Amino acid sequence: MTKEAVRTIVVWCADWPVTAAVLAGDAAEGAPVAVLSAGVVLACSAAARTDGVRRGLRRREAQSRCPDLVVLAHDPDAEARFFEPVVRTIEASCVGVEVVRPGLIAMAARGPARYYGGETAVLDHLARTIPVPCRIGIADGVFAATIAAQSSAEPGTRVPPGGSAEFLAPRPVDTLDRPELTVLLHRLGLTTLGSFAALSPRDVLDRFGPEGALAHRLARGLDARPLAARKPPPELTVSTVFDPPVDRVDTAAFAARALAARFHDLLTAHGLGCLRLAIVACTEDGQELTRCWRHDGALSAAAVADRVRWQLDSWLSTAGPTAGITQLRLAPDQVIDHAGQQLGLWGGTGDADDRADRALVRVQSLLGPDAVLTPVAAGGRGADDQVQLIPWGEPRQPDRDADQPWPGRIPAPSPATVLTAAAPAEMRDRDGVPVTVTGREAVSAPPARLTVRGGVSEVVAWAGPWPVDERWWDPATARRRARFQVVTADGVARLMSVAEGRWWVEAVYD
Amino acid sequence: MSVAGAVERVEFAELGPSLRGLPAAAQPSGPLADRTRHPDRPTLSVLPALAPLLPGGMLRRGSTVMVTGSTALALALLAGPSQAGAWCAVVGVPTLGARAAVELGIRPERLALVPAPGASWSAAVAALFDGVDVVAVRPPGRVSGGEARRLMARARERGTTLVPLGPWEGADLRLAGSDPQWTGIADGVGRLHARRLQVRAEGRGSAARGRQTTIWLPAEGGGVAPADELTGPNLVAVPDSGVAS
Repeated sequence: MTKEAVRTIVVWCADWPVTAAVLAGDAAEGAPVAVLSAGVVLACSAAARTDGVRRGLRRREAQSRCPDLVVLAHDPDAEARFFEPVVRTIEASCVGVEVVRPGLIAMAARGPARYYGGETAVLDHLARTIPVPCRIGIADGVFAATIAAQSSAEPGTRVPPGGSAEFLAPRPVDTLDRPELTVLLHRLGLTTLGSFAALSPRDVLDRFGPEGALAHRLARGLDARPLAARKPPPELTVSTVFDPPVDRVDTAAFAARALAARFHDLLTAHGLGCLRLAIVACTEDGQELTRCWRHDGALSAAAVADRVRWQLDSWLSTAGPTAGITQLRLAPDQVIDHAGQQLGLWGGTGDADDRADRALVRVQSLLGPDAVLTPVAAGGRGADDQVQLIPWGEPRQPDRDADQPWPGRIPAPSPATVLTAAAPAEMRDRDGVPVTVTGREAVSAPPARLTVRGGVSEVVAWAGPWPVDERWWDPATARRRARFQVVTADGVARLMSVAEGRWWVEAVYD
Repeated sequence: MSVAGAVERVEFAELGPSLRGLPAAAQPSGPLADRTRHPDRPTLSVLPALAPLLPGGMLRRGSTVMVTGSTALALALLAGPSQAGAWCAVVGVPTLGARAAVELGIRPERLALVPAPGASWSAAVAALFDGVDVVAVRPPGRVSGGEARRLMARARERGTTLVPLGPWEGADLRLAGSDPQWTGIADGVGRLHARRLQVRAEGRGSAARGRQTTIWLPAEGGGVAPADELTGPNLVAVPDSGVAS
């Protein structure tokens, strides 16, 4: 057995986003389900796969292959929440459990193998106890164990000690899941992990930088962790105290984001990156909850924040802590020298996203969490697409049950300026008589002169009235309302409404 | 002043766009490109219809481009960089129509809005410069020359493009939309479809002589399109057959 790769067990729950959706009751078991992220299929159920649905397909293509497809939005928070009980089940029989992401767990094999009497016995035990469908791989190193779990339809796959490199060699380099790198490797004619692994480590570091060197270690069946990985000194731990204790996920998550940014800045200042992160929460009644998350590259600030939020969400919503959380601590469990990674060969869009996120979090800490908003497209019917504003950093999930925000049914183009409060206006016809709208949606006379804030302008074109959909209105205050588009002589177009004989400017197409 | 003149000449020779149009007061002594985050990519691409308005057809990182006369014009200016992967923020515009922003091509996942920054608006803008590529801002009141210069210097140092929506002293480029003409709507029939808008660009350096173009903003069916060739019947208010009510 090579000293550099630890015998590792990986538990992989295939299609976890789908399983989580079934557990959440969003979809029936056995139904064709696809979970979409950014318009493409992220995961699908076995039934959907039979009909030809694949990862990476666009929504429409997936629906055309499988007309009964249940399409769900990717919800990482729920996926993490439903994964927590699985982690706890495994923790009951093994120590040193690390969550790679919801649906994927790694742990050292030596302890459990000794306890249960061999690796095969551990496989059997885990397969029996884990309450959800999963596949298990055992190999040298997390990467090889993950590929072992994923590559076979068997519930358990074991790669013998020292056999990881040989096991990985025939697989395509795309297995590394590093698109920028694999594009280059393909261009160089290196299509299998074996051919990439045959390069000398020094050449790889020269040509591809630290990120490439990391991938090279994986391809050789070694752990992602370079030899320089070390136990970090305790002063790299950051913590925050909650007074009063928090028991709400959103409150905790906001604090967690600031903490994650601080944690990341501290490590960066020391030229370090975090490979394994311990999240520790202390509760009011003295409980201490710990969970390790690992990653085969340095975790970015946003990635740390995501993992902390998932973990807090899991703990708080599955009755983990028996009281509110009083302290949250982030401890780097394993670090690597990270300075070289700043000068990536590929420009690093992830870096830009991270930097933008940190700048926005800083503005939030300056002005409050609700001061920074981002639009999210809700619904999905082309021209009818709604746009909602949500606070920055919250999951990009539109609230479907909320009242649809104005302007809902006005066809595109939409106004660039939407008044926060409608401005009162007056509309008169050619004879100076106020224009009214009858109950049958007809105007008393063509609008001719518009008065807004004392300024009078001539109407050159108008359209309407369009009745406003009544279901948007509270029945108690329901009023008849109709909308118009009005263009005045200066070329300015306005969206106006009339209710109970009074005219209002709602928006300006400026 | 002669120093600034010399710098401008050098830059026209070959130094590249990132140095152009710097006001003399904030001229740093060292090589500026070393201090920006994007020495290798000094420009951001814009929508093709807007390219004729900008020196070199690109939006320069670190420059200040003031937009007046049309909110949609400012959104269209942000759309090009946003589609190319840049991050955009709009500060101090509580009335911004987010749906219009998305329709004009801005990617919602890389757009941040700070609708009401209050008195801390300039601190918020300065903080955004650290990570956002294009920051549009409508200041709550008149901005003093000193404050404007400070923010522009910071934007230049960070390689962020500042887009003030309203008067801004010392802007590198001023875009003004005027003379809007809508199509698709008439007396009680049709609806707003597309708008012709004249846009004038004036600035300093190579932009000093001014440029003017006419664009469709929004164009028929959404987005932005050049309008110079499309004069004629499209300008007349044409009722939308079938939708008449």
